[in-house]
Amino acid sequence: MSDAEPTPAIHDMGGLSRFRCSPVERDEAPPDAFGKRVDALRQVLAQKGLMTVDELRRGIEAIPEPEYFGLTYYERWLTSITGLLLEKGVVTPEELA
Amino acid sequence: MSAPARPESLARLERLVAALAAKGLVSEAELAAMQARTDRASPEIGARMVARAWLDPAWRALLLADGAAAAERMGVSMAGAPPLGVLENRPGLHHLVVCTLCSCYPRAVLGYPPGWYKSFEYRSRAVRDPRGVLAEWGTALPAGTKIRVVDSTADYRWMVLPMRPEGTEGWSEDQLAALVTRDALVGVALPQLPARAAA
Amino acid sequence: MSAGPAAGPAARFAPGARVRVREDWPERRRLPSGAPSCHIRTPHYLRGREGEVQAVLGAFANPEDLAFARPAPPRVLYHVLFAQPPIWQEGAEGDTLLVEIFEHWLEPADAPGQEAA
Repeated sequence: MSDAEPTPAIHDMGGLSRFRCSPVERDEAPPDAFGKRVDALRQVLAQKGLMTVDELRRGIEAIPEPEYFGLTYYERWLTSITGLLLEKGVVTPEELA
Repeated sequence: MSAPARPESLARLERLVAALAAKGLVSEAELAAMQARTDRASPEIGARMVARAWLDPAWRALLLADGAAAAERMGVSMAGAPPLGVLENRPGLHHLVVCTLCSCYPRAVLGYPPGWYKSFEYRSRAVRDPRGVLAEWGTALPAGTKIRVVDSTADYRWMVLPMRPEGTEGWSEDQLAALVTRDALVGVALPQLPARAAA
Repeated sequence: MSAGPAAGPAARFAPGARVRVREDWPERRRLPSGAPSCHIRTPHYLRGREGEVQAVLGAFANPEDLAFARPAPPRVLYHVLFAQPPIWQEGAEGDTLLVEIFEHWLEPADAPGQEAA
């Protein structure tokens, strides 16, 4: 692995040098109410054929790097889900304003 | 560290849910039912599957051949869930599961992934420095043990079948299941006898 | 029933086959908006690396298409085993990585590599 060449996509994190010396923080907390609600929404939307988990991932990967690191896990999910439903015309910007 | 979501994110979520509800696409009842279903899954399911595998060779064979079929046999609904693969630890070989690309995790039998499993540090380091990660957990493998890191990149979800600890001869399935932690099912830890029994 | 393997094409590689992950970087091509033009499930650290097929896991709808809501024909998925060093030097000799890789990302290890020039 040549570290001189940064990985071309931020979600593709295997072996990234920037975290090489950071211990894993033992965060054991289950998702909070917001996280569980986003999680359930994602599953319901998938069940209804409105989005796939693959689309969720693509939407997460499209988040620009500074924002990616600034958002919590389920905030990234919400950003992706919202972007996808707007892209598909399931909801409109006006409805979310 | 899982910081709380910001107030504007909470508001964004509620606007989205309201817009979907207004169109009849998603209801509060559906969300509540889905969350309740998700909340029911926990590492106790995986632990019981492992304990049974330690006691019953036929079950062990089923578990290794088709984890999803084994889970169904335990009463877990795998409808729509990804296939479940089970990784058998054996003398000299230890498995450690990570998802470097996102956070794939055998949720049907382990529940929600813990925050650390989804962390940037775990995702980046588990593949590159697995021995360093295990050391942080205080997990010491027997000398000469090779580590096999399983990067969960696609359609399967992976659970580790740890080795049965010595000194548990004659134990019941309940007693054995109590030794199997979530961390042992991911591979960052080994099943341990309670300190009293081990002393 | 879990969302198990779909009926799909025959597997090109058998367990034990030596394979190489294609040295391809489609994620470097971005849309004019800067958004990714692709979604792939082959980690960067394996591109160009040689490994051994451990198992044929079945055929699954191609995630590269699913991610864009396109028709997604089934592709064969493999479990491929790689030696940890030399990918990284932190691991001990004999440590390995086991990763799910789709067939269209694999080529026979004895074929000339794409990066060889």
